[in-house]
Amino acid sequence: MTSIEAHVQQPYKYGFVTDIESEVVPAGLNEDVIRLISAKKGEPEWMLAWRLKAYRNWLKMSEPHWPNVKYGPIDYQAISYYAAPKQKPKLDSLDQVDPKLVQTFEKLGIPIEEQKRLTGVAVDAVFDSVSVATTFQAELAKYGVIFMPISQAIREHADLVQQYVGTVVPYNDNFFAALNSAVFTDGSFVYVPKGVRCPLELSTYFRINASSTGQFERTLIIADEGSYVSYLEGCSAPMRDENQLHAAVVELVALDRATIKYSTIQNWYPGDEEGKGGIYNFVTKRGKCAGVNSKISWTQVETGSAITWKYPGCILQGDNSIGEFYSVAVTSRKQQADTGTKMIHLGKNTRSTIVSKGISAGRGQNTYRGLVKIMKGAEGARNYSQCDSMLIGDKCGAHTFPYIDVRNSTAIMEHEASTSKIGEDQIFYLRQRGLSAEDAVSMIVNGFCKEVFKELPMEFAVEATRLLGISLEGSVG
Amino acid sequence: MPGHGTRDTGHALLEVKGLRVAVAGNEILKGVDLAIREGEVHAIMGPNGSGKSTLAQVLAGHPAYTVLAGSAKYEGKGLLSMKPEERARAGVFLAFQYPVEIRGITNSYFLRSALNALRRERGEPELDPIDFLQVLEQKLKAIGWDDSMMNRPVNEGFSGGEKKRNEILQLAVLEPRLAILDETDSGLDIDALKTVAHAVNQLRGPKRSFLIVTHYQRLLNHITPDVVHVLADGRIVKSGGPELAHELEAKGYDWLRDAAMVS
Repeated sequence: MTSIEAHVQQPYKYGFVTDIESEVVPAGLNEDVIRLISAKKGEPEWMLAWRLKAYRNWLKMSEPHWPNVKYGPIDYQAISYYAAPKQKPKLDSLDQVDPKLVQTFEKLGIPIEEQKRLTGVAVDAVFDSVSVATTFQAELAKYGVIFMPISQAIREHADLVQQYVGTVVPYNDNFFAALNSAVFTDGSFVYVPKGVRCPLELSTYFRINASSTGQFERTLIIADEGSYVSYLEGCSAPMRDENQLHAAVVELVALDRATIKYSTIQNWYPGDEEGKGGIYNFVTKRGKCAGVNSKISWTQVETGSAITWKYPGCILQGDNSIGEFYSVAVTSRKQQADTGTKMIHLGKNTRSTIVSKGISAGRGQNTYRGLVKIMKGAEGARNYSQCDSMLIGDKCGAHTFPYIDVRNSTAIMEHEASTSKIGEDQIFYLRQRGLSAEDAVSMIVNGFCKEVFKELPMEFAVEATRLLGISLEGSVG
Repeated sequence: MPGHGTRDTGHALLEVKGLRVAVAGNEILKGVDLAIREGEVHAIMGPNGSGKSTLAQVLAGHPAYTVLAGSAKYEGKGLLSMKPEERARAGVFLAFQYPVEIRGITNSYFLRSALNALRRERGEPELDPIDFLQVLEQKLKAIGWDDSMMNRPVNEGFSGGEKKRNEILQLAVLEPRLAILDETDSGLDIDALKTVAHAVNQLRGPKRSFLIVTHYQRLLNHITPDVVHVLADGRIVKSGGPELAHELEAKGYDWLRDAAMVS
């Protein structure tokens, strides 16, 4: 089994540090720090007031300890809540972005220079606490699509932000969401107008670089009536000995007949073999299918982070609305993941699908935790859940906690679960057919994750399979 | 009776000498000698627990088996020091007694990956899905089968008979020089047995050798071997022509086992 484990536990390839002069606010959190962040972003008064309200609530809240993960106490006063690379205050064009930043993103496979951009994908590149570049903004504007850093949107589209921010994840939703609401720095804002099918994939790449900082981005996506948008986020961080906190909030709003497809490839630094260092990824993601016949689909590939705590969910408020959650979560080394989804059925004939694939290797601990709640008014609601776990080696663990709460007798619920182990016999079978041990593991893991990978936008399916050390399946038919 | 296993081995494709093998600390093979020449079909018969499957697995390189002593030369080179995939790429194929299931991977993708691994080894260009389909169609035609299994996940939800057929299909596509069939007949009804035997007969040729491991003689009614060996208590205790299989069917194994004990 050693060859299998060695293969799964490949070295982290994105652990470099960019040597760039940064402005870092001293560690610690208080109202002055929040006022400072708000001032740096040039925010209107209402935004600051909202942040302070969240902060005051946060002070009264306590960190959740129900997830199936173990870590030492976090000193919230030892974290710096704002770090930004020093650059010219106003950028007239992307060509003025510091070459070091351009190089950093290029090294990560995210070209932001005009001539090297990914075709068909608009990118917002976030470095520590600020967005450093957003490509294709002008092209998107022709369609009325707004895609910009949220700090810019707060200034330029205050009406939209004010109308929707906090409506899906309230400022006091949970400990980490409250913290984020108080100190969030950047993240992306998307608005797709009525009847528009967004012509490009939208993507945000988050990079943590500075040490002893946290990243607290906030993303808000609004799909107006009859619109469609596909959005993808990716992320990575340098290898450091200390743990770093990443507490993000993502809110999605789909109005009548709108569809939002949200994909995540999460590759934060996972820590070393002994579990030293790595990102604490404590994230609140939720979408509201506010309108009839709307649809929100979450797809996540979680391979990084020391600890992952996230449950991208859907509030299915509009009649006939659809929520989907497709997840691959990998824990190797000493990584821990407690992840899953919440599907809250409010409207009539709402449907949800959950497909979760957990892969545990090394000394990783992988937990699926999911809630399906059918409320009284949700006549004819349906849910299908499938939770599969795969174990590689004998020092890892897989855990499943499905919660089901049905308050309407017309609901139809299906739940399937399985646990399997990659065994020597499976590997041997493939090697006997001429495949190397590495290719054998890849093929087995790839097959296991296939139902999720097929949900990813084509441009990113390759990245996801590569991340798992897998060659993309190109099967006939 | 001349020992078929020890005759002139000038052109042996596989030559096994004094092979002793243990699994989990128990010695299963206690000194096996065997030589298979190009184009020959050898059958290994024997009672349960005699070490038949161990011989098949160890020749293919299963990591659970420990070689204690002896040698195995394939095309004149030491087989036992090669990795399982190196043996496969050199043309050694094992049709498994219990083929494993691989979720989410279609038979056709799996088989193309395997064939391309072999082609890379031979310095031939890899086949894309379209080219592979053509190769596959030829092979299926040669053994008289259809492509109904190709787009299903590897062995998932296959009946026992389908799994065994799938092994033979892989054999047909990968074109090994030495094909080892480990109890391919077990669990097959008579029609499935005939189908599989027919395919194997189509795949026989002057350049391809077979080692057929079986408990019962019935498969050998349909595939006539050149040599039959009886394995008992980890040793080959008797070798002969195809008539030996009939003798075993009539008399059972006990008389040979007793002979092995006293020798």
